[in-house]
Amino acid sequence: MSRYPDLCLNPKECVCQEMGTVDPSIFWTLLFKGAFYGMKKREVGEKYCLSGHPTLPCNVLKFKSTTIMLDCGLDMNSTLNFLPLPLVQSPRLSNLPGWSLKDGNAFLDKELKECSGHVFVDSVPEFCLPETELIDLSTVDVILISNYHCMMALPYITEHTGFTGTVYATEPSVQIGRLLMEELVNFIERVPKAQSASLWKNKDIQRLLPSPLKDAVEVSTWRRCYTMQEVNSALSKIQLVGYSQKIELFGAVQVTPLSSGYALGSSNWIIQSHYEKVSYVSGSSLLTTHPQPMDQASLKNSDVLILTGLTQIPTANPDSMVGEFCSNLALTVRNGGNVLVPCYPSGVIYDLLECLYQYIDSAGLSSIPFYFISPVANSSLEFSQIFAEWLCHNKQTKVYLPEPPFPHAELIQTNKLKHYPSIHGDFSNDFRQPCVVFTGHPSLRFGDVVHFMELWGKSSLNTVIFTEPDFSYLEALAPYQPLAMKCIYCPIDTRLNFIQVSKLLKEVQPLHVVCPEQYTQPPPAQSHRIDLMIDCQPPAMSYRRAEVLALPFKRRYEKIEIMPELADSLVPMEIKPGVSLATVSAVLHTKDNKHILQPPPRPAQPTGGKKRKRASDDIPDCKVLKPLLSGSIPVEQFVQTLEKHGFSDIKVEDTAKGHIVLLQEAETLIQIEEDSTHIICDNDEMLRVRLRDLVLKFLQKF
Amino acid sequence: MDPECSRLLPALCAVLADPRQPVADDTCLEKLLDWFTAVTEAGSSLLLLQENPCLVELLFHVLKSQDLSSRILSFSLRLAGIFAAQEDCFQYLQQGELLPMLFGEVGPLGGAAWTAPAVRSGWIQGLRTLAQHPSALHFLAACGAVDTIFSLQGDPSLFVASAAGQLLVHILDLAMRGPAEGRRSPQACDWPACAQKIVGHIEDSLCSTAIPQVTQALSVLTTAFGHCHGLWTQGLWVRLSPLVARLLEKDPVPASHSLVDLLLSVARSAPSSDRGLWETLAQTLSHLSPTQAGPLALGILKLQDCFIHRLPKDKRDSWSSPAQSRAGFILRTCSAAFCHLPSGLTLWILGHPVPQALRTQAFGILLQPLACVLEAAAQAPGPPGLLEGAAADSMMVDTLLSSKSACVGLLCCALAHLGLLQPLPQRPSPWPQAPLLGAAVTTLRLCSGSAAPTSDVGGRLCAILVGCGRVQRAALDFLGALSQGTGPQELVTQVFSVLLEYLVSPESSSMVLKKAFQATLRWLLSSPKTPGCCDLDPHTQLFLRELLPVLQKRLCSPCWEVRDSGLEFLTQMTRHWGGQAGFRQALLASEVPELTKQLLRDPESYVRASAVTATGQLSSWGLCATPASPECPGAQQESLLVELLHILSTDSEGFPRRAVMQVFTEWLRDGHADVAEDAERFVAGVLQAASRDLDWEVRAQGLELALVFLEQLLGQRSSHCPYAVALPETAPPGVLDQALQVLCRVQLFEFAFRALFDCDRPVAQKSCDLLLFLRAKAAPCGSSQEAGDSPNVASVEATLQRWQAGEQGQPLGYLEPGAVVALLRSIDLEGLRDTLAESSDHVEKSPQSLLQDMLAAVGVLGENEADCY
Repeated sequence: MSRYPDLCLNPKECVCQEMGTVDPSIFWTLLFKGAFYGMKKREVGEKYCLSGHPTLPCNVLKFKSTTIMLDCGLDMNSTLNFLPLPLVQSPRLSNLPGWSLKDGNAFLDKELKECSGHVFVDSVPEFCLPETELIDLSTVDVILISNYHCMMALPYITEHTGFTGTVYATEPSVQIGRLLMEELVNFIERVPKAQSASLWKNKDIQRLLPSPLKDAVEVSTWRRCYTMQEVNSALSKIQLVGYSQKIELFGAVQVTPLSSGYALGSSNWIIQSHYEKVSYVSGSSLLTTHPQPMDQASLKNSDVLILTGLTQIPTANPDSMVGEFCSNLALTVRNGGNVLVPCYPSGVIYDLLECLYQYIDSAGLSSIPFYFISPVANSSLEFSQIFAEWLCHNKQTKVYLPEPPFPHAELIQTNKLKHYPSIHGDFSNDFRQPCVVFTGHPSLRFGDVVHFMELWGKSSLNTVIFTEPDFSYLEALAPYQPLAMKCIYCPIDTRLNFIQVSKLLKEVQPLHVVCPEQYTQPPPAQSHRIDLMIDCQPPAMSYRRAEVLALPFKRRYEKIEIMPELADSLVPMEIKPGVSLATVSAVLHTKDNKHILQPPPRPAQPTGGKKRKRASDDIPDCKVLKPLLSGSIPVEQFVQTLEKHGFSDIKVEDTAKGHIVLLQEAETLIQIEEDSTHIICDNDEMLRVRLRDLVLKFLQKF
Repeated sequence: MDPECSRLLPALCAVLADPRQPVADDTCLEKLLDWFTAVTEAGSSLLLLQENPCLVELLFHVLKSQDLSSRILSFSLRLAGIFAAQEDCFQYLQQGELLPMLFGEVGPLGGAAWTAPAVRSGWIQGLRTLAQHPSALHFLAACGAVDTIFSLQGDPSLFVASAAGQLLVHILDLAMRGPAEGRRSPQACDWPACAQKIVGHIEDSLCSTAIPQVTQALSVLTTAFGHCHGLWTQGLWVRLSPLVARLLEKDPVPASHSLVDLLLSVARSAPSSDRGLWETLAQTLSHLSPTQAGPLALGILKLQDCFIHRLPKDKRDSWSSPAQSRAGFILRTCSAAFCHLPSGLTLWILGHPVPQALRTQAFGILLQPLACVLEAAAQAPGPPGLLEGAAADSMMVDTLLSSKSACVGLLCCALAHLGLLQPLPQRPSPWPQAPLLGAAVTTLRLCSGSAAPTSDVGGRLCAILVGCGRVQRAALDFLGALSQGTGPQELVTQVFSVLLEYLVSPESSSMVLKKAFQATLRWLLSSPKTPGCCDLDPHTQLFLRELLPVLQKRLCSPCWEVRDSGLEFLTQMTRHWGGQAGFRQALLASEVPELTKQLLRDPESYVRASAVTATGQLSSWGLCATPASPECPGAQQESLLVELLHILSTDSEGFPRRAVMQVFTEWLRDGHADVAEDAERFVAGVLQAASRDLDWEVRAQGLELALVFLEQLLGQRSSHCPYAVALPETAPPGVLDQALQVLCRVQLFEFAFRALFDCDRPVAQKSCDLLLFLRAKAAPCGSSQEAGDSPNVASVEATLQRWQAGEQGQPLGYLEPGAVVALLRSIDLEGLRDTLAESSDHVEKSPQSLLQDMLAAVGVLGENEADCY
């Protein structure tokens, strides 16, 4: 406890809990209950869920008069409904038959194409945005970004909703986020598509379409990709922050990013007022990969812990998957086949390259070329080497040697790994097979990967290995059917699994956990796996897209500072050991969410003259305060006193809350409870006053 | 004792008694004690002491000296014990009051030296050796040693505490084995006072509320019943069993592990048809927690096996294993039946029928955890009596679900116990093979998360077990053990499918995978052949088709343990099925042979070694990578031979080189086509490479290969049985001359002679055996050239002498067959063999050398003094 006395005020009583000698010159900390001065008790937290995707979250937290957006992930699963955008003219894709209704009506055949029993929209791919209707996004004060994957919807929010606030993110998140956005824009813009399909989105028509188009939600809100200009504008609104940096929001709330261990610069956030603490855990990892380890200790003592971004593949251990990846890669290449790895240009690819660096020599694959093709490949590989302060300890120490922290530098030096902005240009000169190609996009709908799928899909010698867990590999492959090449699914997701979450929650012990509804039940396909859900007490509160959740904590206390001169004037009276009381008369001054008790204006001196009263001289209408009482009434002594004063025939009954003293002769009841005493007598005011005075003898007044 | 030792002894005793001359090496003292033990066993201790008074002086001196090291004190106590083991010597020492001073309260017992555990240990061991005769018993009683031993049972040093317990048992046994043993009744009233005292102490301890004391008492009793076979043990059990039974009334049962040990020890030793014992066992089984009851249950079920093996050794040796298995059969079927076996054996069997009810109860306890698993994971209520008598009870379910560690521990124990029981002849019958198979499969599925239990208990079990490597390993071992029995086809299919699931799963750890490979191999090899067809059955064929792609992937694993297990599995499978058309077809259609060959260059030496063995095996069956092209048959094989030779001469690690030598030996023995083509060149090349090898196992294996070659040239060695009468089988002269020519050309003799003087004894021994074999074949019949005829024999002998002296740089040069024969005759191979057969320290092992060493170490022997000047 603080060494300063905590004053707990309510309209009836004022108790000073004295912890030692008080230095009145120090500001006293006052806690006062919400009801004081008519202040309404209300929830301080509300959470608006704008995204249903547990790993691409977008939530808005209203907390203490601030509106904070937590992440703005972009769900790209919508693109799986579209045909791939081929870099090179693909006769196969362009010759796909149009789709017609069962009755033969072919009015949609320009928009929808059929491939191996699946129907795809033949148009520029579109993305499913976070909810924009649930809350007026122009009222959002700040956006907190937890990692570069969770900021892909930023341009939509900052450029199209009237947002005027600030975005907070770490430097690697911004730089790598920029690369991801740049790559996305580049992938889409370099294959201009004249056609933009919209007819199928008509609700009446959508109903007639086959699954999964029929079941796609809110297709009317799907939007085309943003432009580079919008990206730049959005990124210009970001303010860079470092781990553990404390950022004040309007004096009411303090936010702090903490390392989350998942990716370069990835963060969890602490959002706290003086008496409430909300932790936002998003995309965290306890594995030792390249980023700085997760800071768990700072998450302790949270009132609410919002938990998102757990692993999407809880049954797959990342280590096993890396082993599987290597085995399959080696097997394919040894048989003369090529390996295609659809991936993002940053993140797991660094770890994969590191594993391969160790593995290729032992597997006799030193002569096999590795190609990394992305418009941002070069920047990504170089950026990874310069963010030393954001790396794990081992890699940081390498920097001081000095050595490049990631071994892919050596792979590049020795020409084992080559990178190109696209398949055009130098790549076509250097290309030799068998080889391993890392390229985007993992959805297989745009990017250079489309070309390789078309090129290598016909041979069973080749293998495509899916390592990114964001997309269903079966759906990703649907427009490439029939496919001869082998497909291996090795999702590598280093984010927390349920065992780790369980340990984390035991460690940090939040009062309440809030999480997406997907985490509160076993996965639908494995309903018996009760180990694949969050198990905590009290049970986690869940939310789903477009839902508003009242966060389960009550606003109980507010911090009020007391001016030194006012504090000086207080005269605490010890009413029992360790507890002192003082009455305070003051003016409460509130500005910028800061409250200060100031001395009341002095009462106007009685003057003889008829000086005009000024408004500021108005004295608050202070009534004469009745003395405050404290103490308790010992029943036995009280009865003895009554007897001394001539009352006889006294009976005492015990009740749940205290005692009833019954004066049978006088037909009077005295109800003594912990915090009140009632005298009930029949129209005998004299008697009541007599009894009251006897009661008051046992209490202290001040 | 030889005179030289007698001469050295006074000096040694003086050194030992001198605190300024610390004996550096404890092992010297141990060797000295061993020597005195041997000397006293061979002759009279009394005489020894009389002839060497310095020994008694040493003991007296030790008592007087205050600053002697604890190890010398401990040594002296043990030495005194050795001398006093003979009654006349005991009396002699008693006359001098030496023994009470050493072992009584006036001795080290009361002094500061007692704080050293070595002294307490020496005191106990001294008494243990001493207590061999009735006089010793009186002495123990008189000097109050027994009370001290009681207190030492709780000694902080575990060695001392354990030795104290054993000493108590020894004293008890000695007291009860008196001259009156035969007449000693089981009733305790006429037991000697010493025995009464010890038993009284045990009784007190059993009634104690302090668990350590109960444990001590139980462990003393366990030792007593395990080591003492006198009839008195029956009486002891009669007297103490009520107290033991009373322990069972407590909750929780104190010292349950020790209690289980005791009961099993009693059950193994008691020649009783005592119902009480079986009742106590039954009661114990039901009182102990499921985790504690498991070992007892297993012990009970194994009991009959112990009886067979507890036959007196001479009888056991005289009965071949069919007799034993017949006895086992009788035990299983009708334990009380009369059978036509020697009376002793019959008596044993008849005397020990474990009641069927008890066996059923015990088996039920082992089965229960698995019954719970089966019941919890059942989609619908299973067929009645799935595991008869082992319906999952609520206590077991509670234990299983109480915590992960409890659940894992219980399941692993149950699986291990049942796995141990499975191959025993006295395992319960009928053996519930099918439900056990089902339980093992279900456990594995729960661990992998592929089971989908609908019940609440099943769901919780699944959450506890999923991904648990320990249970996976135990269940796979058990599943492998169950391959010895049969099961319904449906279950066998499930077994293969769960094994495949584990082999495929990336989540299987390397250890789990190894176990999965082992279990798969066992099941594959036990799968039935199609009647009337020598090839694999269709199910196995189908399984193989799924298995090989998995194996392919595993051979590319980044984890070397996985690659290694994969190769071992492949080797075993090929060894058994290399001739099966179905297997050959499936294997050749896969990339496994090619991958295996690539692993010859693996960075991990263990993997390279396994790859060598695997390719060797594949090649033996003509299954090596890429069939030879029609234009150049054998080219591929030859390249493998060259590659293996390359490994033999260049690999930096020993394992792959040893593996190559084993493969080559096997190839030569089996007449591998490419070896047989030019065996002479092959052997010459291999021996040349092996002779330069720094690893003695490679050189030894080279001799093995040489021997195989010799046998192929000259015929098999005679029977290895030392008692078999064999006529000398010499090779006909023509054949011999030719063979000797060949052996000279491949430079086998140079290799063998070099090995004869190898600094590693096993190599030299092997070479000696080989040359003796050769001499037996070649020398008796004489040769066209007699010994000494050859001009280069003398120079060869000279070279060999230099080799023997350690100068092996000089080559032997080309040897003529005649010279070889002459050499074989001239070298004293038998003598060499005898020398080699002795342990390496035989020269230094004599007591005299020990005494000299000890004296030299402290500089008493004169020669070291010269160094001072």
